[in-house]
Amino acid sequence: MRSNIHVKDKVAIVGAGITLFRRRLLETPRELAWEAAKMALDNAGLTLKDIDCVVIGTAPDAFDGIHLNGEYLADGSGGFSKPTVRVYVGGGTGVMVPIAAWWHVASGHCKTVLAVAEEKMSPAHPHPQGVFAYIWDPILERPLGPNLIWIFAMEMRRYMHKCDAKKEDIALVSVKNKRNALDNPVAQAAANITVEDVLSSELLVWPVNRLDISPVSDGAAALVLASENMARRVTDSPVWVEGIGFTLDNTHWYNRELGFPRYVNYAARLAYKMAGIERPWKEIDVAEPYDPFDYKELHHIEGLMLARPCEAPRLLKEGWFNRSGELPTSPSGGLLGVGNPIAAAGLMKVAELFWQLRYEAGARQVKKPVHRGVAQAWGDLMQAGTVIVLGN
Amino acid sequence: MPDVAIIGAGFYGFKPSVPELSFRELVFEAARRAYAEAGIDPRKDIAGFISCQEDFWEGIAIADEFAPEPLGGVLRPTFTVAGDLLQGIAQAYMMIKTGLFDIVAVESHSKQSDIKTLQEIYELALDPLYLRKLRPPNPLFMAGIDAQAYMMEAGASEEDLALVSVKNRNNGIDNPRASYSSTITLDDVISSGYYMKPIKNLEAAGFTDGAVVFVLASSEVARKFTDDPVWVKGIGWSTETGTGGWNHHVWGRMISAREAAKQAFKMSGLNLTDMDSIEIEDRFTYLEPLFLDEIGLSTIGYSVELLRTGDLDKNAHMPVNMSGGSQSIGVLLEATGGARLLEAYLQLKGKAGYRHHEVENALVASWRGPPTYTTSVLILSR
Amino acid sequence: MTKKYPGTYLKRDEMYSLPGLVRYKPTAKYSFSAGIAQTKFLEGLKKGKIIGVKCPSCGRVYVPPRAFCEYCHVPMNEYVELPGTGEIHTAVISYISTFRQRMDKPEIVGVVKLDAPGYTKESYEFAGLFHRFCGITEEDVISGKAIGMRVKPRWKPENERTGSVTDIECFEPVES
Repeated sequence: MRSNIHVKDKVAIVGAGITLFRRRLLETPRELAWEAAKMALDNAGLTLKDIDCVVIGTAPDAFDGIHLNGEYLADGSGGFSKPTVRVYVGGGTGVMVPIAAWWHVASGHCKTVLAVAEEKMSPAHPHPQGVFAYIWDPILERPLGPNLIWIFAMEMRRYMHKCDAKKEDIALVSVKNKRNALDNPVAQAAANITVEDVLSSELLVWPVNRLDISPVSDGAAALVLASENMARRVTDSPVWVEGIGFTLDNTHWYNRELGFPRYVNYAARLAYKMAGIERPWKEIDVAEPYDPFDYKELHHIEGLMLARPCEAPRLLKEGWFNRSGELPTSPSGGLLGVGNPIAAAGLMKVAELFWQLRYEAGARQVKKPVHRGVAQAWGDLMQAGTVIVLGN
Repeated sequence: MPDVAIIGAGFYGFKPSVPELSFRELVFEAARRAYAEAGIDPRKDIAGFISCQEDFWEGIAIADEFAPEPLGGVLRPTFTVAGDLLQGIAQAYMMIKTGLFDIVAVESHSKQSDIKTLQEIYELALDPLYLRKLRPPNPLFMAGIDAQAYMMEAGASEEDLALVSVKNRNNGIDNPRASYSSTITLDDVISSGYYMKPIKNLEAAGFTDGAVVFVLASSEVARKFTDDPVWVKGIGWSTETGTGGWNHHVWGRMISAREAAKQAFKMSGLNLTDMDSIEIEDRFTYLEPLFLDEIGLSTIGYSVELLRTGDLDKNAHMPVNMSGGSQSIGVLLEATGGARLLEAYLQLKGKAGYRHHEVENALVASWRGPPTYTTSVLILSR
Repeated sequence: MTKKYPGTYLKRDEMYSLPGLVRYKPTAKYSFSAGIAQTKFLEGLKKGKIIGVKCPSCGRVYVPPRAFCEYCHVPMNEYVELPGTGEIHTAVISYISTFRQRMDKPEIVGVVKLDAPGYTKESYEFAGLFHRFCGITEEDVISGKAIGMRVKPRWKPENERTGSVTDIECFEPVES
């Protein structure tokens, strides 16, 4: 990518919508997509007629149990006789959706884009975990009968070893995020818990206990993005997309150091470069790092260069990442607290930055003044990093 | 000068089955050829990589895990589009237009021979609540309904549609990528029995393994790498309705093709009569005249007359699918549009490997296939 | 934000008693082609050998082998045999199966960093495999003693090998 570019059209986020995140929802995937999309449109003061293009995000088709799931979701997402596309990078999809929406607008090709992410994990029976059996290499990995949690546990174990971090240090992330989620009206797993609760929850794959993990969820989220001209017309407080970055590392996750996520780091560097950020740990005011597992938030904070490698556990303990701290992370409650309908969870993080940067987050609003935020998602076999920088 | 050009293309496979290679190796071979033609090193020169694929075609949940290596996209901006290759080209086009990406590679592949239950995978694309319960004997049944509705609307007979198969399968004879071409006659098609009434067995395209990779670049970069780029003059893509929302679909029509063509023509400033080559969807024969009606913004049935009079033949003034189309080349899952773009690209470059007249402007239109109503249209110029 | 958010929560039994609930089991069957490089690897396993491949451009040795170098994007044909020994990069204890049922006996799995030329101890990348471990205890994993431990493959008897990753039963400590 070229640096210091002059992008043709500035791109703003002008509306956001979200459904409840729950273990099981009555609504079909199409209906969930529609509810979130409608709310985002209402929030922007626009109707479907005003929308030029649609970008859809949803993670493995196997959850919804529908092949070509983007096509199934198309009409619910507003893709009715419109240019519509689905982008996909596994768990990183939620942040990839606004990244792709960004170039729809920044290229001058569309003036307004509806970006919708949906996931419904409850149809998978007997447990959505089974779907993850098929993410592994069919010849080299599946014969070993892996469970998705294995790979996280392996990465967490390596991180603990490399950074000399203890399980109780890491459990603090779960405590913080579930507590943050108490103020989030759509949250599924908000709670006031202690480190002890995390350590004594069901042990699944040491070092991972049940409360180290975000729950399985249904849900949808949506954003409306617009060109500068259009944005100025519809709102006084647009939130600008200042930087985007994404990378995919190689498939062979067991050929790499698992203690540091270079796949997130490379993506972050691209996004920061575009946003003109040189010292992210100082210039970013609020962050939504991806936290499907508690150690992942720390791992990603370091990948995002919001802390030095291995420094995040100490800063966490000191309250640095609390809502009242120096650099609040996951003020939404994160995936651990709000829930994890995969693609929708990633987009929820971007929506939270939108609310934070408009000072509309209510009880969740962070204490310090905010000018710039970063949201990030991760996906695949420790491979995908998607990063977006927003500013007000 | 248009903003975006194709500066290299590569392909590999194009046979009903390529068992000796994994899908990764298939893509690698295509990518190597595309990069060699463009004269670029993917590890240094390419800013973004796009793979167009779907999980259930691959048999892998989160199949984008395997996207970066074969393309040379490891640790670089790489993502997947769950759509036809032409939708990926549209993304690349926009990425380049922002100014942030100067060169983007787009890939799609088909390893359909690895899928042992293709019909069941198609069934899995049907709406789970309304359609799957009906257990339709052929999950592609909507194509039969559309074919029937089109024939009524267009005043076309089964013989008219069979002409498409005869024309295209004969067109493909000297195309090295056309495994299903043959010197068939109208009688052969008519007597081949029904695949799904009114579609005959020889009117339904076969399936093919293969990979295609294209390299797109901004105009200034394109000029540096090549003297004869193929320009992207117009692009459009549209989804008529979701696969759960067929109640909004107009049967016998392909509204999405009309919408996509409108966008592409508007952008290019060209119209259908400017096209020297037209490569459009024909996985079932009724689709060819239907697509031509829609992209030509004509009345429904207009193209059937052209078929009868031979005006769409290889040597006529408006040849349609002179590569042999999907009837000859086969269906390559999400690479179907890519296979047709490849033909148009090679025709424009004079490298198609089969005889055809000079091509200055070409149009490619692809449908994502049943049960979707998503179409993309691309207009290219030399 | 006191407004009502869309979405209707269902309890487990409510979902399973919904009118018109569709139960559907996908029939999705595939026969994956291993391709050139993985085939060489699997043939090696059958013979009790761990085969890697060397990149002619950057010199990296890859295990498992691939047909092309992901960092240089060039084809690779120079197959090399590795000793199979290595050290544990990370290890965990699984109490659940693929489909999340509790297992009677926990299983120790992880990543082996194989001895291969061209990499230093600090390299971010390495030749390695994901596999089971045996002969190490849960306590070794928890205390961290397991990480860095020297291991070697324990092969299945030759007549039971089929050319699969499971031809290696597990990696076990090298007796010192």
